[in-house]
Formats: sequence, structure tokens, C-alpha cells
Amino acid sequence: MCTVCGCGQATVEGQKVGAHDHHHDHHHHDHGHGHTHDHDHVHDHDHAHPHDHDHVHAHSHEHDHGDGHVHSHDHVHGHEHGHAHAHAHGHAHVHTHDHDHSHDHGHDHDHVHGPGCGHDHDHGHDHDHDHGHVVRSADAIDYGAGLAGVHVPGLPQERIVKIERDILGKNDGLARSNRRRLAEKGVFALNLVSSPGSGKTTLLVKAISDLKEKHAIAVVEGDQQTSNDAERIRATGVRAIQVNTGKGCHLDASMVGHALDDLDLPQNSILFIENVGNLVCPAAFDLGEAHKVVVLSVTEGEDKPLKYPDMFAAADLMLLNKADLLPHLDFDVEACIANALKVNPRLQVMTVSARSGEGMAVFYAWIAARAALAARPAN
Amino acid sequence: MHEMSLMESVLEIVEEEAKKAGATKVKAVRLDIGELSHVEPEAMRFCFDAVVRGSIAAEAVLEIVRVPGQGWCMDCCETVALAERFGACPKCGNHRVQMTSGDDMRVAELEVE
Repeated sequence: MCTVCGCGQATVEGQKVGAHDHHHDHHHHDHGHGHTHDHDHVHDHDHAHPHDHDHVHAHSHEHDHGDGHVHSHDHVHGHEHGHAHAHAHGHAHVHTHDHDHSHDHGHDHDHVHGPGCGHDHDHGHDHDHDHGHVVRSADAIDYGAGLAGVHVPGLPQERIVKIERDILGKNDGLARSNRRRLAEKGVFALNLVSSPGSGKTTLLVKAISDLKEKHAIAVVEGDQQTSNDAERIRATGVRAIQVNTGKGCHLDASMVGHALDDLDLPQNSILFIENVGNLVCPAAFDLGEAHKVVVLSVTEGEDKPLKYPDMFAAADLMLLNKADLLPHLDFDVEACIANALKVNPRLQVMTVSARSGEGMAVFYAWIAARAALAARPAN
Repeated sequence: MHEMSLMESVLEIVEEEAKKAGATKVKAVRLDIGELSHVEPEAMRFCFDAVVRGSIAAEAVLEIVRVPGQGWCMDCCETVALAERFGACPKCGNHRVQMTSGDDMRVAELEVE
């Protein structure tokens, strides 16, 4: 079952994801500790010390069960500094953590500072904790229970286990692995997101027809059901894999990883990932793409970016599609763009029509420039 | 309905950590969910009940702690409270605020036995 997506019914065309013969892993054994320091520059130090140090160890291993099915797992462990609160009834908090770590992290903030606030965020803070503080507010004191699960007889067994793990940590780990795989082959990947009916597939078909002479192209198509879209893409002559998410509302990094296994992308190619038509959920799921491209059609409201801000904030480029229909509509292009920029001041916007071809050349130039940067000489 | 997917991930983390801690039962799960995150706590509760059925956390209470939103206002040059992900600065009213906290989605701790 796909562990990131709750559907459990995702199928990648040509393979059963639920079967035991797939690789649940796209890691190239990387035991390096990817430290993700996630610091807000306001520290609310309460007694719980929620340090956000995600030591993400990604390792994978394969099991061979001898009966024909081989499966491999990947584990992405987010280690936290072992705080364990012993906790007895009556709110007697006994913090038995005596973590003695000293971190020394210089972290960068990528704030954009307004003019006139010459202000350096250079928080290099050193922690040197060694506290074993005891809070007693009732008559129960418990020193016995820690993360190691040590239990002292006679004392209550309830324990608090501190975890501090990102819920999306697993998806993000798989997305990093996808990104690495794509980078190794110099592939430039775009994740196209939109509401259903914005014209994503038509736009893709048009773009592929115009670009396929110059670039090797492959497509991952995400939909709940049917392979209609993949068939439309294949009619252009390029490789397409349909991923059906079943009950799922978005593609996740694991599904895209499976699709990459099958696609065997050519060196320096372009990969278009057409996400499930949904302006909400796909925003949260990194697939390993270079950019999210949000497609909005002029038959939708100008205020879509305000109604669904997460998606427009997650995207780097907005294509305002179906521009050929503008003469028939009251759609206010300027207001729409202003709304989009309100939620994402860095968003690039292009007004296009996949049907008439208007504006598409600008999009192609945008792709060509970035694909050239992503490309790597063949080994 | 990506809350369902997220809660599947939560359960996976809970099961892993409970096993690591040698627990036989998970009594409570505490999540830190930023006020500016992508999710709806009520939907998470609903999905939690659905996904934990039959698991080590079947009887667990779900506690959701909201982490307040904050951002850096480029015009005021200070950290301000942020009510919406892309909201205006409460001091100057401009939209040049960069979110610095409040989009957290973490499994913070478990109460196990």
C-alpha cells in the first residue's frame, strides 16, 4: 500500500503497486545525514524544548523471501534528540532527559528584506543543554521511564515519547530521492497542477507537439481513474505513464518514483508530471520536480488564487490558459494576476492559449532556458 | 481529502515509534499543527478515527496543538502575528509579510504504556 497516500489503491500503469515485486524505494544508499534545520527565528522555549533537528537517515534494504517475492523498504528516520518526558498521573511531569548535546548551527534565513531594514539574520546559536529538571505538582514522581523504555517496577507505565517528526517527512524524503535521480540524468521536471478542466492536458499535448523535435520528453499522468489522458499524450508520440491514484486526491513522491522506474528517462530530457486535477492537496506534496506550474483558465474566477492560496504559493509559474476565450468573457486578467501576486510575489505569470498557440512561445523559452541549466553531459 | 493521507503517515510514525519504545498500547497522540498549515484539524480528527482502527493506537486520544502563525514584515522589519498564510501585516496593513512559523505539521509526542 502506498504509505503516503491513504488510498491504498494507487496503480502505476503496467505495475501493481500493491504487489510485492515493486521497489518501494528510490534511494541510492545515502547514509549521509541530511540535516534539515528548521528554525523559526522566534524561539518559544517552553519546557518541552522542541528542537527541530531532523536527522533524516535514509537507508534502504531488500528482503528476499525466497518464495519469489522480493521487496525493498526504505526507512526515513527522523531522529530527535532523545527527550522523553516521564509522566505520571496527576500531571507530575518529570523530565528525565539529560541530553547533553551541543549544537552549533548557523542557519540561513532567506528573507527578503524591505528597503531600509538592513538587518542581518545570523543566528548562530549554541545550545549546551544538560538539564534533568523535575516538575512536581502532585504526589507522583517518575524517574524511571525514558525513551529507552526502561520501566521501574511499581511506577506507572504511562510514558510520553517525544517524537517531533514531520508528518510529510517520508514524502519529502522520497521527493529528495526523485530529485536526485532526475538531476543525475539532467532531467528537467515540471509538476503541472490545476483544478479539473483548466486545460492541462490540452496544453501539454500542444507543448509536446511543438517541443518534441528539440527535446526528449516523457510524461507522468495522474488521475483517479482511466488512462484517457495518457492515451492523448501517447498520440503525440512521446512516452507516457498513467498513475491512477484510486481514492487519492494527489500524486505523491512514491507514485512518481515508481513511474520513474518504468519510464527510464533519456539523458537531459524533459519530464512533465500532470497532477490530479485539484487545487488543494497537490500543493503539500513535493514530487521531486524542479517547479510547480499552476494552470488557471480564464473561464474560472479571478479570485481563484485567493480562494486556493496554497497552490499559487507553491508554484513558481502560473499559466493563464484559454486566453483565446477572453473576448467572450468578463474575466479581468489584471485583477487575476494581482491576486496571484498577493499570495506569491515571486510568481511568474504567462497568458497563453493552448488552442490558438498564443503566448506558448514564451512558455517554451522558459522551459528551454531551465532545461539547459538542468542538463548534464552524458557519462 | 489529503488529511487521510496525512493521517496514514501519522499512524505509520506512531506505529514505528511505539515499537521502538517497546509500547503495547498508544494512549494519546499529540500533533503540532500550525494555524497556517495546509490542513483542517477537524478533518484530521475524522480521519484519525478511521485510520487507527485495529492498530496499536486504536484507543488513542488525538490531541492537536495549534502553533500560531508568525511572519516577518518587510516594511515593519519585525516579526508579526499572521492570521492567514498570505495575510496582511497587522501593524502596517501591507502584504509584504514572509511566513516564518505556523505551517508546522508534526507528530510531537505519544503517550504509551
